[in-house]
Amino acid sequence: MIPHDWKSAIYPLVGIAAIVVIWQLYVSMFGINRIVLPGPFDIWDASVKNWSLLLTETWPTFVESILGFLLAVAIGIPVAVCVANSRVLNLTLYPILIATQSVPKVAIAPIILVWFGLGLKSKLVIAFLVAFFPIVVDTATGMRATPPGLVELARALRASPFQIFTKVQFPAALPFIFAGAKVAVTLAVIGAVIGEFVGSLNGLGNLLLTANSQLDSPLAWAALVWLSLLGILLFAAVVVVERLAMPWSESGH
Amino acid sequence: MIGQVESGMVATSAAIPFGHFKDVRQSFTRGSNTLVAIENISFDLKQGSLVTLLGPSGCGKTTFLKIVGGLISATSGTVQISGRDVTEPHPDFGVVFQQANLMPWRTVISNVLFPMEILGRRDAAAVTRASELLAIVGLSGFDEAYPSQLSGGMQQRVALCRALIHKPKLLLMDEPFGALDELTRMEMQDLLLDIRAKTAATVMFVTHSISEAIYISDTVVVFSKRPATIADYIDVDLPYPRSAEIRYAAGFTELEHRAGRALGIAR
Repeated sequence: MIPHDWKSAIYPLVGIAAIVVIWQLYVSMFGINRIVLPGPFDIWDASVKNWSLLLTETWPTFVESILGFLLAVAIGIPVAVCVANSRVLNLTLYPILIATQSVPKVAIAPIILVWFGLGLKSKLVIAFLVAFFPIVVDTATGMRATPPGLVELARALRASPFQIFTKVQFPAALPFIFAGAKVAVTLAVIGAVIGEFVGSLNGLGNLLLTANSQLDSPLAWAALVWLSLLGILLFAAVVVVERLAMPWSESGH
Repeated sequence: MIGQVESGMVATSAAIPFGHFKDVRQSFTRGSNTLVAIENISFDLKQGSLVTLLGPSGCGKTTFLKIVGGLISATSGTVQISGRDVTEPHPDFGVVFQQANLMPWRTVISNVLFPMEILGRRDAAAVTRASELLAIVGLSGFDEAYPSQLSGGMQQRVALCRALIHKPKLLLMDEPFGALDELTRMEMQDLLLDIRAKTAATVMFVTHSISEAIYISDTVVVFSKRPATIADYIDVDLPYPRSAEIRYAAGFTELEHRAGRALGIAR
């Protein structure tokens, strides 16, 4: 979770610092070859030396992830609403959704590449595919979990189905939707990197592969660190939106 | 004054009671089994009266309340409010359930205003009235709080305000104080009597507490075990305004005893 104040932010920072120190000690004391395992200092060095390259390569990965994620939200939520409100659609679509989800995304990435090319589009589609499922499942669960008392209350006032949806069902499902979005946004980054691994012209995944093939392990690790930072950043962005959208939420206090 | 009864739907002639229920029966069919929830329920509801439906848990008094509110329809029988058959929920009704059922994403005042929003009447007057109602139930200053910041009793007060915001002619209450502790419950009973004196609303109240039924009601309709029929119809002749003292009066205890006999738990 993202800490709410500086005091509670100390704990994860101390934890990370401890890992970095032990890692560096291990590498220095045992004289590990930096091609096998670069120490934190090597990675830091590589990061500083190549910062403009890393920044340039982060941009496409960021765009692929965020667009894939947003597309998953834009399509996933309406699909979930339909699935949750219609028995027929639920019975028709849900098995198909689960079937497509059980296909490994790495396995279909080459096909996607053939269809959409080496550029942004193929990565976006893969990121979308991995982010889609958690959003649909969590939103549909949220829609079904509307407290029946609230629906009955609205019904007693003769609220229209549309009013019941916008004023009761949807706000009640928001915590579920955000739970799904938090999982989905980190998955979207993974999806984008899978796409870049299979075939790409740029991006952090591409840089990681290139650096690795040149035995430039510090740079490959630096790309890895930047990838995690990108994932954390996107996750934090969703948490910020969540707090803005749900000021009543207990987790916000 | 809060909640003046509006004319129009109100029965004007003495011949037509405010509420009229005749041979109401509700049964559920599951496979080849027919389960009768309630039957032979007949009584009249006077304008401005406070009637309690008292009965054991699961006897069908909530079912009857929902039939009166139009949330479910009776299998057979006549259910009329102001001379009209009840076939669906009516915006002239206000409901309070056992659970406060507040929307956690809305502030207190926004929860109270929810019915006005649905009815398309959320204007400045409605906001003023919501504040007035909150003041009556002792929640001034909590307008912008979220339900999660309130205790159970406070949440139920908000629910009561929400039920009253659109000046309902009939207030339907389904064990509204059932989930509260004894002291809060007694406070809420006094609050209900206070509100009722100020609004002149007709109230139908479901409970399984004998003392609660006697303390608040003009009339107690005692339901028997399932299939529920009316076991007794008790006119409570204790004077209003009532206060805690009356709980220890001889007349009160006698009525409790009578209700206990009707429920089959006293001889």
